[in-house]
Amino acid sequence: MSTTLLPHKFGPYGGQFVPETLMPALIELEREFVSARNAPAFNQEFDKLMASFVGRPTPLTYAKRLSEKLGGAQIYLKREDLAHTGAHKINNALGQALLVKRMGKKRIVAETGAGQHGVASATAAALLGLECVVYMGSVDIARQEPNVFRMKLLGAEVRPVESGTKTLKDAINEAIRDWVTNVRDTHYLLGSALGPHPYPTIVREFQSVIGREAREQMLMDAGRLPDTVIACVGGGSNAIGVFSGFVNDEAVELIGVEAGGSGIASGKHAARFGDATTARVGVIHGTRTYVLQDDDGQIAETHSVSAGLDYAAVGPEHAMLRDTERAFYTSATDEEALSAFQTLCRTEGIIPALESSHAVAEVIKRAPTMRKDQVILVNLSGRGDKDLNTVIKEMQKSE
Amino acid sequence: MKNRIDEAFKNKPIFMPYFPLGYPDLPTSIDVIEALAKNGADLIEVGLSFSDPLADGPVIQQATQIALEKGITVQKSLEAVKELRARGVDIPLILMGYYNPMLAYGLEKFINDARDAGVDGFIIPDLPMEEAEEFQSMNGDMPLIQMLAPTSPDERMESIARNAKGFIYLVSVTGVTGERREISNDLEDLINRVRAHTSAPVCVGFGIGTPEQAKQVGQLADGVIVGSACVKMIGSSQKPVETAKQFAAEFRSALSGLG
Repeated sequence: MSTTLLPHKFGPYGGQFVPETLMPALIELEREFVSARNAPAFNQEFDKLMASFVGRPTPLTYAKRLSEKLGGAQIYLKREDLAHTGAHKINNALGQALLVKRMGKKRIVAETGAGQHGVASATAAALLGLECVVYMGSVDIARQEPNVFRMKLLGAEVRPVESGTKTLKDAINEAIRDWVTNVRDTHYLLGSALGPHPYPTIVREFQSVIGREAREQMLMDAGRLPDTVIACVGGGSNAIGVFSGFVNDEAVELIGVEAGGSGIASGKHAARFGDATTARVGVIHGTRTYVLQDDDGQIAETHSVSAGLDYAAVGPEHAMLRDTERAFYTSATDEEALSAFQTLCRTEGIIPALESSHAVAEVIKRAPTMRKDQVILVNLSGRGDKDLNTVIKEMQKSE
Repeated sequence: MKNRIDEAFKNKPIFMPYFPLGYPDLPTSIDVIEALAKNGADLIEVGLSFSDPLADGPVIQQATQIALEKGITVQKSLEAVKELRARGVDIPLILMGYYNPMLAYGLEKFINDARDAGVDGFIIPDLPMEEAEEFQSMNGDMPLIQMLAPTSPDERMESIARNAKGFIYLVSVTGVTGERREISNDLEDLINRVRAHTSAPVCVGFGIGTPEQAKQVGQLADGVIVGSACVKMIGSSQKPVETAKQFAAEFRSALSGLG
């Protein structure tokens, strides 16, 4: 029984598995989102901020030297790393923050893994005059220190989360606990295409600007659509954003890349679609989807060198795209991502985020197997400045 | 099957403590629940542990985390309920837990095994009305206790309360489980709003920590749910079973004669 205005499920996935206290807030959020989307003034304000504040459209870059080096398909990069704050996260953060203003709420809480969504939320809050609290696992705080400082500079309060695995999953738990306590004046600015309905839909809609721009730019610059679109998938917001531009172009292959960590066989990874032994359909953080868990239904510890992909569940729409085989999912290990990171630095002069490096790793595997007249589009979801400490440490380890 | 829940509400207001199986270890938790049952509890919420209890405050988070570290599982929890019945515990036992471990166990098997073990109903905080259909299609006559919150608008209260079985679990405050310094002044209005939609007993939980608070709430509600305070008091005791006996007796006596 459901009376939602928008579809609340993606096939058997999605839904609203939250405490009763939050249900009215989800209903209000959906109503506000639907009415905002139909309001020209709201869309104009969003588009204006995207252009004048975020710097959209972000460029499409032809990766000439990388294409030549790999000797196969021609590679294009959608440059979300050039969006203000350094990643695609700002698109959704600003969109939701505008909804917060419409709802008359004054305070936002957000979770963050890599810190990109936390920085984006803190930025949106500063721009629009909202109070902002960001929950971040203490493990992630240690490995993404520059972003923690950035959030503080932007006026946000960063609350370390010490419970559970002290990573993204636990930050989401704490953000939800804050939200359930302060729901009357607080909005939960969820950063990925997961959680209860209407979040996966709202986040996709605000991130769909990536796919719309990329499709137009491909037609302009390459004169054709790509054969393959590749994006990394943690919760899956950058991937769903770029995929949404091509999902109706049946000839375009869509590839999501999960975090393979130390390898699937090691058990230390975050490949929800890659590990049939521990990933089963379950319910976590308000949504039904593929979840890494043990036999007793306890959520598994995950591992990835990139904090942004280090999460036990995947957005519900990806679960549906995978079942219907509209998209395919693979993984890249820490080692492959680190190697791709360095390759992109040296061939293209671009320092990618470790998350995005997983997508680049797949390009490196796949491009040589394709013809030179074929085209790959990769969503470069963020820049790597925040990862320099991690990369230095990992490079020293392997030396 | 006799209806233990209806039986329990013959003498209102009732005292409903929560305690998680497996904390501080499995044998102690069974002894504690037995002691609560035999010393004044009218109904017990038996906790199933989950790695990500997003509706719970720090006390229950920590207790269930310890229970998991000590190896509690859904299966062991159901066996423990069976053991409690074998020890002569005859008050209603309601399983309170999150949805994912139930799904992982196999929903239909979970419901059947729970019934066979002697469970009287379920509370699943992350399963609102909108998502309850799957569970209910496999569940026979055992009540899935519905929760209402201060944020629930009237029309929502009405549609949730209309089909309520067993009792209504009214969350007294917006927030997670845990003690609060004082009982909200709005509680009476909130309870009256709920009663306008249902004749089912209305039990209040979240934030009740002392016998005095229980008495205050017991003057308004049909049942008083005490979770975090119970877990904290018993969990920090050197003699958990003795503490459980005292705890139940104190709350029971605070509620006696209010009906």
